[in-house]
Amino acid sequence: MKGTIRLDNIRKVYPTRFGEKLVLDGVGFELSMGERLGVLGRNGAGKSTMARLISGAEKPTSGKIERHMSVSWPLAFGGAFQYQLTGQDNVRFISRIYGQDFKRNLAFVEEFAELGPYLREPVRIYSSGMKARLAFAISMIIEFDCFLIDEIASVGDARFHDKCNFELFEKRGDRAMVIISHDAAYVRDNCSRWAVLHDAKLTLYDDFELAYADFKELIQWKPPVGWPNVEVATA
Amino acid sequence: MALEHIENPSLRDCLRVQRRVLGALFMREVLTRFGRHNIGFLWLFVEPMIFTLGVTALWTATKSVHGSSDLPIVAFALTGYSSVLLWRNMPGRCIGALWANLSLLYHRNIRVLDIYLARLMLEFGGATISFTVLSVLFISIGWLEPPQDLLEVIGGWLIIAWFGSALAIWLGALSHENELIDKLWHPASYLIFPLSGSAFMVDALPRAAQEVVLWIPMVHGVEMVREGYFGTRARAHYDLSYVLPFCLVLSVLAMLQVRKLASRVVPE
Repeated sequence: MKGTIRLDNIRKVYPTRFGEKLVLDGVGFELSMGERLGVLGRNGAGKSTMARLISGAEKPTSGKIERHMSVSWPLAFGGAFQYQLTGQDNVRFISRIYGQDFKRNLAFVEEFAELGPYLREPVRIYSSGMKARLAFAISMIIEFDCFLIDEIASVGDARFHDKCNFELFEKRGDRAMVIISHDAAYVRDNCSRWAVLHDAKLTLYDDFELAYADFKELIQWKPPVGWPNVEVATA
Repeated sequence: MALEHIENPSLRDCLRVQRRVLGALFMREVLTRFGRHNIGFLWLFVEPMIFTLGVTALWTATKSVHGSSDLPIVAFALTGYSSVLLWRNMPGRCIGALWANLSLLYHRNIRVLDIYLARLMLEFGGATISFTVLSVLFISIGWLEPPQDLLEVIGGWLIIAWFGSALAIWLGALSHENELIDKLWHPASYLIFPLSGSAFMVDALPRAAQEVVLWIPMVHGVEMVREGYFGTRARAHYDLSYVLPFCLVLSVLAMLQVRKLASRVVPE
């Protein structure tokens, strides 16, 4: 169907020195335009692997992924740019790869990332905040139908945070998104469906509270008294 | 600008994307390798030119005739050393190339093979410009006669380039999961150099040795380049019915290895 992405029985196995490690097993879901899937899972659960498989950067061991819309690369901190090149050359490279207008894109990145003269310096000398700003701005210059967001929007100061949220959820509210984050409140506020990835299995939920309750139990974590974000708001 | 999603891309759509990706990778490769400082991308062919000039000067000074008293040393060194640069630098640039470029695979349209192809295009361009510029220079100052058969020079050059590219892609893909390739290539390339036909004419060798060196594929290309340049004076020995199938088989091996690697590679 047009405007959807479908994962069917995805399995991913990585060879390690101590035998094979099963990272994803029987993972499947369908996502349409306008839907936002929030993915919770502990460190190393395979969330980023799943994002790479959805984007097509990496191939599953078995199973099928059908993309009937344009899908972004996994928007993460470091990946996808070249550290020896300047910010400007990175914009030029991405514009070329996706056949887009460089001048227009550069103007947007200049305005959005607020890097000033550093846009013309190599990315390797950037601070991590500057890198995150550049990464996010570059991610926004190509208008994909589906965005894969791997933690990237939850960095930076509050002002930058607001700008990112505006770009993603106001200006691009009609797109499909897969949002991976350890910030449960962020996922709750910005997604319409949720999933928990644990022990290579992906469980889907239509209700955040159910997803979050299961997630807390799986990772055996109890929020301390007065935990600010999630508990208070839903009390 | 919205990105179009093409549901069932035609061959033309694919070629358009392929051209765009290779173009972008090529320009990026030029920038990361040479930067914008001093002479920038001119290093692409200035560096091999310095190499070739140096070797030419050395061989002239030591009067190394390499068993071919008929041919001027300058011409001999130019054809020989340019050929070495061509087949030797290609694998050098492709071995380990994927590790340095893993983050590029985040973009779905960039495939493993594209990363190797972009580097090979640059390497081929550099060696070819260097060979051409030096040829024109030497011809214009009278150190060298113009080639007798330009097409044959080009043919020989392309055979060396084909061999070098196939070898480079094969070793590059192998090296991603096996670090021995990197370790062994350096001594191997050093040891093959004296046998590669650059520093001798096959005709000057004893009969038994001729048969042995003609197993080495680049010897055929170099001999062909020299025959193109010097005509009958070179008394070249080569066999297209050996070297072309050799390159073909090597190319198939290279593609199979890339295919295997592409299905297993994990982006950064």
